[in-house]
Amino acid sequence: MLLSPYPTTSERIRITLLWIWCGLVILFLLVPILIPVPLSFNSGAFFIFPLEGISTRWYEVVLGTQRWQSAIGNSLIVAFGTTVIATTLGTLTAIALSDEKFPGRRIIMPLLLSPLIVPVVITAVGSYLFYARVGLASTYAGIILAHTALASPFVVVTVGASLTGFDRNLMRAAAISGARPLTSFFRVMLPLILPGVLSGAAFAFVTSFDEVVVVQFLASAGQRTMPLEMFIGLREKLSPAITAAATLMMGLSILLLLVANLLARRGRKPSA
Amino acid sequence: MSALQPSELDRPTLARDRSAADADLKSVSAALRRAEFGDRMRSLLLAAPLLVLLALSFGIPIVLLLSRAVYDPTIADALPKTTVALAGWNDQGLPGDDAFAALAADLKDNQAKGTAYELAKSLNARLPGARSQLLKTVRKLESADGQAALDAMKSVPFWSAPTTWPAIRSGTNSLTSFYLLSALDLRWNADGGIERVPPEQAIFIQVFLRTFFVAASVTLATLILAFPLAYLIANVPKGLAAILIVAVLLPFWTSILVRTAAWTVLLQKFGLVNDFLLFIGIASDRLDLMYSRIGLIIAMTHIQLPFTLLPIYSVMRTIPPSQMKAAYSLGARPFTAFRRIYIPQVFPGVMAGCMLTFILCLGYYITPALIGGASDQLISNFIANYVNVELNWEMAAALSFILLVFTLALFGIFARVLGLDRLKLV
Repeated sequence: MLLSPYPTTSERIRITLLWIWCGLVILFLLVPILIPVPLSFNSGAFFIFPLEGISTRWYEVVLGTQRWQSAIGNSLIVAFGTTVIATTLGTLTAIALSDEKFPGRRIIMPLLLSPLIVPVVITAVGSYLFYARVGLASTYAGIILAHTALASPFVVVTVGASLTGFDRNLMRAAAISGARPLTSFFRVMLPLILPGVLSGAAFAFVTSFDEVVVVQFLASAGQRTMPLEMFIGLREKLSPAITAAATLMMGLSILLLLVANLLARRGRKPSA
Repeated sequence: MSALQPSELDRPTLARDRSAADADLKSVSAALRRAEFGDRMRSLLLAAPLLVLLALSFGIPIVLLLSRAVYDPTIADALPKTTVALAGWNDQGLPGDDAFAALAADLKDNQAKGTAYELAKSLNARLPGARSQLLKTVRKLESADGQAALDAMKSVPFWSAPTTWPAIRSGTNSLTSFYLLSALDLRWNADGGIERVPPEQAIFIQVFLRTFFVAASVTLATLILAFPLAYLIANVPKGLAAILIVAVLLPFWTSILVRTAAWTVLLQKFGLVNDFLLFIGIASDRLDLMYSRIGLIIAMTHIQLPFTLLPIYSVMRTIPPSQMKAAYSLGARPFTAFRRIYIPQVFPGVMAGCMLTFILCLGYYITPALIGGASDQLISNFIANYVNVELNWEMAAALSFILLVFTLALFGIFARVLGLDRLKLV
């Protein structure tokens, strides 16, 4: 496709240069995220290649010490809480917005997306200021609420995309057949948009699980999440335990987002 | 003709039929309207929980924060007597003894209520050095009343300095433009005009310029790296394109913190980047890349590359390769065809990718905090610092206000010119 059927020399050179450039860019993209993986299995205490030997000692630190264990626990509590609330409310909102007659759709959509655009420090500082007044600072509920604001746009967008392929006549048919609105939602609509909903849930989970700035402002010492432990660790002293934590977090994000994207693609198919 | 006309007798019947039909039509359309209204209300009700939650967890916090930039009642609340005593003062010279006495009484009240330190801090933001002077005066006032209190006030030269009382006076206005002006290195001068603060006090313009510079450098770097790769992915067979796009998405799916952590490992003095530079002979000695501007830009470029690439790719994918072949067959040279056929079509994608990266770069916090040096901190880092270290909420709020104005203005242009749909990545 890149080369014409009878390429000239200059065309060959151009295309070769393009390939070399792109190869370097791909290396630039991939090498940095792959580097922590071998380093996390290093038996030595330094970040220098060549590795001293292979060991899982840094994983034992991350999975075995109290400090990291409670951080992982906190991350899971916050991420699950965020996922449940953001997915439920985000799905309802996406259904409402998919209705052409929804009043003020063009105003509400940018508002819903605004948590993604507003610099996260402003969100974090504002939440800290307000939540401290209403007693939500240093609570799981406060962190979950703030994370829900950051995560729900993903749910609204993915569920909204899966709803573009949903035929509303199915709901009318269900109503004519005597189904109550709730029944037709659970038996007709939800099964069809489920890929989109699950994909949104995975996005919400990852958004919360990876988030560090809001947590930094809202969490008390007992509520440190895994990213916050990493952030603090990076500021204090670099320990290979961080590369192990980074590898674990990266693995989880990539796995979940891979699933999310595959589901989203499946959910969108009918419209294409 | 007349025979065909309805008889006098029939007329009322017809009229009645017509009005009945009208009534039916009316009731049908009314029912339809009611049903549509019901539908609309139901959609609103479905969307309401999230909208309410977002208002509470996101909207109110931000409005509250921004209001702190222009509304600061600390001084007015702490100095009620002084506020009254200054009402008749014309801002020239020193106010009368009644103002000194009122201030002494207010300071004693604050000391009794335990709010003296907060007042000192708030006044210090407007009047450098006020904190220690105020706390010193409060200690002197502890055992002084009446004339003794007035004497105690006068014995501290600070309270008779020419800049002190105008600062107190402006502080007793709860609504203030002081912090917003300060965030732009501006202030009110004695004649009621706005002037630049002296160069040794100016910090923020430099920080905003630095933030724009870093954002622009990163945007340019991502474009140079991303454009050819997007072109390649859009023009190779499907299977290969899928593999290449995964190479773009893997880092995209990894969190900013994890990627920043990876770069702190790579940029160490004995890290891989220095190994590589020595190996290919670009550098003759190991460079200090950590805590440097160049290290920050490299790491941010890595993080933002997919954001620039994906909108460009999604446009390139829609351009059929036959178009370029058509241009060639019509005699265009490769460069001409590229410039006249390809670039105009991919331009919206390039704009979308670049604007997205630029907007996101303005708000960077984690990467500068971990990889940048003291002189590479961006505006978000200053906001966090004012909250965490200086405990100066008003200044943090004012900087947030200005950062948000820039961000939303750029985003507004984005939405207007390119449409919100371009935000959808992948």
